[in-house]
Amino acid sequence: MAYFNELFSGTKSLFIGMGITIKEFFKPVVTVQYPHETIPMSARFRGHIELVRDPETGGNKCIVCGLCQKNCPSGCITVDGEKREGVKGKVLTLYRLDFTKCSLCGMCVENCKPGAIQFSKDYNLAGPSREAYVFDLLKRLEGQQ
Amino acid sequence: MSLDVIDKSLETFVLNLGPQHPATHGVLRVKLTMDGEYIVHAEPVLGYIHRMHEKMGENRTWAQFMPNTGRLDYLAALSYNHGYALAAERAEGIEVPERAEYIRCITVELNRIASHLLWFGAFVLDLGGFTPLLYAFDDREQILDLLESVTGARLTFCYFRFGGVYNDIDDNFITGSREFIKRLRSRMPMYHDLVSKNIILIKRLKDIGPISQEMCRRYGATGPVLRGSGVNFDVRKHEPYSVYPEFDFDIPVYTEGDSMARYMVRMDEMEQSMRIIEQGLAKLPEGPVMAAKAPKILKPAKGDYYAAVEAARGSFGIRLVSDGTNTPYRLKLRSPTFSNLSLFSEACRGMILPDALALMGTLDLVIPEIDR
Amino acid sequence: MTNELIRLIAFLVGIIAFAAGNAAYLVWVERKVAGHIQRRIGPKEVGPYGLLQPLADGVKLMSKQLLVPDGVDPILFKVAPLMVLVPAVMSFVTIPFGEHLAARNVDLGLLMIFAFASVNVLGLLIGSWGSANKYAVMAAARVISQNIAYEIPMLLTAIALVMATNTMNLNEMVSLQAGGFWQWNLIKLTFTASPLTPIAFLIFFTTMLAETNRAPFDMAEAESELVAGSFTEYSGMGFGVFFMGEYANIVIGAALTTCLFLGGWQSPLPFLPNGVVWFLIKMYAIIFTVVWIRWTFPRTQFYALLNLSWKVLIPISLVNLIVTAGWLKVF
Repeated sequence: MAYFNELFSGTKSLFIGMGITIKEFFKPVVTVQYPHETIPMSARFRGHIELVRDPETGGNKCIVCGLCQKNCPSGCITVDGEKREGVKGKVLTLYRLDFTKCSLCGMCVENCKPGAIQFSKDYNLAGPSREAYVFDLLKRLEGQQ
Repeated sequence: MSLDVIDKSLETFVLNLGPQHPATHGVLRVKLTMDGEYIVHAEPVLGYIHRMHEKMGENRTWAQFMPNTGRLDYLAALSYNHGYALAAERAEGIEVPERAEYIRCITVELNRIASHLLWFGAFVLDLGGFTPLLYAFDDREQILDLLESVTGARLTFCYFRFGGVYNDIDDNFITGSREFIKRLRSRMPMYHDLVSKNIILIKRLKDIGPISQEMCRRYGATGPVLRGSGVNFDVRKHEPYSVYPEFDFDIPVYTEGDSMARYMVRMDEMEQSMRIIEQGLAKLPEGPVMAAKAPKILKPAKGDYYAAVEAARGSFGIRLVSDGTNTPYRLKLRSPTFSNLSLFSEACRGMILPDALALMGTLDLVIPEIDR
Repeated sequence: MTNELIRLIAFLVGIIAFAAGNAAYLVWVERKVAGHIQRRIGPKEVGPYGLLQPLADGVKLMSKQLLVPDGVDPILFKVAPLMVLVPAVMSFVTIPFGEHLAARNVDLGLLMIFAFASVNVLGLLIGSWGSANKYAVMAAARVISQNIAYEIPMLLTAIALVMATNTMNLNEMVSLQAGGFWQWNLIKLTFTASPLTPIAFLIFFTTMLAETNRAPFDMAEAESELVAGSFTEYSGMGFGVFFMGEYANIVIGAALTTCLFLGGWQSPLPFLPNGVVWFLIKMYAIIFTVVWIRWTFPRTQFYALLNLSWKVLIPISLVNLIVTAGWLKVF
C-alpha cells in the first residue's frame, strides 16, 4: 500500500515541478544584456579612489598628511607634497594608487580629514598590462572636467 | 591523517577528486580509496588556498585587519566582520550604540539569507538540477543590491567598525528590505514545491549520509550540521551577543541526521532570519551609528579575548591575544567549516561516490574559510 | 526501376539531412528553452536569436584535432561513433512522416526500430572499451545496465499496443488512428483495449528518456561525477558524431511516441487535412517536453534508477499487458 502511495505522490510531485518551470518559461527575462545595456551604480559603490575637486580653488583638497598612506593595510598609496612659496601647508605633487593591491576597504577615505578622496564609480577596468593599474590620481583629476 | 587501516585488498584503487572539480566548492582535494563504486577511505587534503590571514593579523594594526575578515568566508562576510568587531570591542571595552547594533543584526541576517540561497542553488546544481540555482540567484541579487546601497560592496564587506558601523542606512534600504522579505516569502513555497518535495530529491537525500550527534560532538561540528543531527545549539541563543536577546525567533532542529535534515535546517533558517529582519526593522531606534568615544587607534590592555558568533556555516570564533601594542600578538580564527569537513572522512565510509558528494554539499563548504 | 532508385536516394539524402539538421538545431532549442526556463535569454549574439550558434559549434568541433590517445584499440576507437550514429539514422527509414512519406513500408517496422536501439548501446560499450580509460568503462557499464533495464518495459508496452492494433507496420498503425483525436491510440485504446493506456504512455515516455540517456537519467554523462562518461577520450568530430547520435535517438523516440500513441500524421479534428505538418507539430511538442524535463529535475541515483525500472515500471507494464490480453480475449 505504501508502494502505491509513494508512487502516486511521487508522480504528482514531478508534475507540480514541471508546472512551476513552465510558468517561469513564460515570464519575462530578469537579466540585463550587459554590453548593450548597463545599470547605474549606486551612490555608495566602491570603485577605486579618486581626488575630489575643490569647488572654490578648482584643485584638490589634499593636505598631504599621509594618513591614507599610513593606514592602508595593503600599502598601495604613495603621497608626496612640497612646500611652496606663499601657500599655507603642503601642496600635493604626487598621488599614486597601486590598484593591483587595493582591497577597497575604505580606510583611506574614512581617515581623510579634509575629505580629499572619494570612491569613484569606475568599474570598466580592463587593461593590457599590470602597469595600467597604477593610477596617477592627480592626472586623473586634471583630466576630469 | 588516516583513522583506520586502509583496506589493502587488491580490489581498491585511488581516485583523486582533484583540486579542480565542479563539485568541491573551492580548491579541495580529496584522496578517495575506492572499491568499485564504494568509498573505503577518504582523505581531504587542504592548503591550496592558504593565504596566511592569521599571520597578516600579527602584522597589521587592529583596524587594518578588518578587510581580511571579509575575505575568509566571502559568502557570509558580515558575520565575520561582526565576530572581529565583537572581540576587539570586548578587548577595549567600547560600547556600541543601539541603532548600530540593530543595523548590524539586520545586515548580518540579510547576508545569512544570501549565503543560504547560494548554498541551495549550488547544492541542487551538484545533484543535477540546473534551474533552482538561477531562481535563487534572482532573489540573492536583490539582497546584494540592498547591501550595496548601504555598504558599497556586494560580496566582501568591510562595513563594521569598532564601535558601530561605517554608514547609516536610509529609508530606501528599509522599504527595500521589507519588499524583499515579502517577495521571498511568496517564493519559498515555490522552492519547496520544485525541490524539497520532489520525489527524485527526496530519494537522493532521505536516509543518506547519516551523521550522529556523537560524531558531531567528537569533531566539534557546529551550525546547521549540528542542528540537523538533533543538538539544539545556536550561538545566538545560547551565548547571546549584540541585540539578539531582543528578537523572537526559533532555532530549527531536525533529529534524523541525514542529508535531508541538514537541507531542511537551512531552508527553515532562512525563514527565521526573515523574522529577525522584520522585527529589527520595526524596532529600529534613532541615534548615532558610531560610538562617540571610539578610539582612533586601538591599544587594548594585555590579555586574551574571545568572541564567538553564529555565522551561516557554524560558530565562528576569534581569539585575540593583545600585548598592549597597536598590532595583535596573536589572532586565531576558529573556522566552523574546518571542523565540519573533518567529519567527512568518517561519515562517507562505505557510501557510493554520488552520495558522498551530496553529503559534502550539505556540509556547505567554502574552502577559503577552511584554509584561511 | 530507376524511379525506385531515385526515390530511394531522395529519401536517403532527405533523412540524413533531417537527422543532421535536427541534431544541430535541437541544441539551439535546448539552450533557448533552458534559458527561458531560467528567466534569461539563451544564445543571442551569433545570428538573429542565436540561430547561427549551431553552425559556430559545428565549425568548432570540426576544426579540433582528432586526438587518438596512445593505448587505444585503433579499430574499436574509430568504429564506435559510427555504431552509435548509423542505427539511429537508419531507423528513420520506417518512420511515416506523412501518408506517402515513408521511405520503406517495412511490415516489421516497430521491431526494426527496437533492434537498432540495442545496437546503439553496443556502440557505446565498444567506444569506452576502446578508449582504455577506466572511468569510461565504469560509465559504460552503468549505461548498459540502465539500457537493459529500461528496454524491457518499453518492449512490454509496445507488445500490448501491437496486440491491440494487430500490426507492427508503423504506417498502418497510424492509418488506423484516423478520425479525430479521440481515435488516437492514447484515447481509443483506453476504452477498447486497456484502461491502463495513459499509464502505458507515461511508461513508454519514461523508458524513451532512459534509453536515450537524457536527464533525469543521465548518470552516464553526469558532469559533476565522472569527467564526461563514456566519451572522455573523444575530441572534435568524434565527440560530435556521438552527440549527433544521441540527438537522433531522441528524435526517433519522439517520432515513435507520436506514431504509436498520438496519431502520427493524423489531424486532431476530422475536417482538417492530414499531413506531415501534424506529425512535425506532435514530434516537436514531445521533444519540447523532453527538454523541459531535463531542466526541471535533478539526477536520480543510479540504484534508484534501476529500482524504478525493475520494481515499478516492469510490474506495471506486465499488468498492462495482461489486462490488454484479457480484455481483447473477452470483448
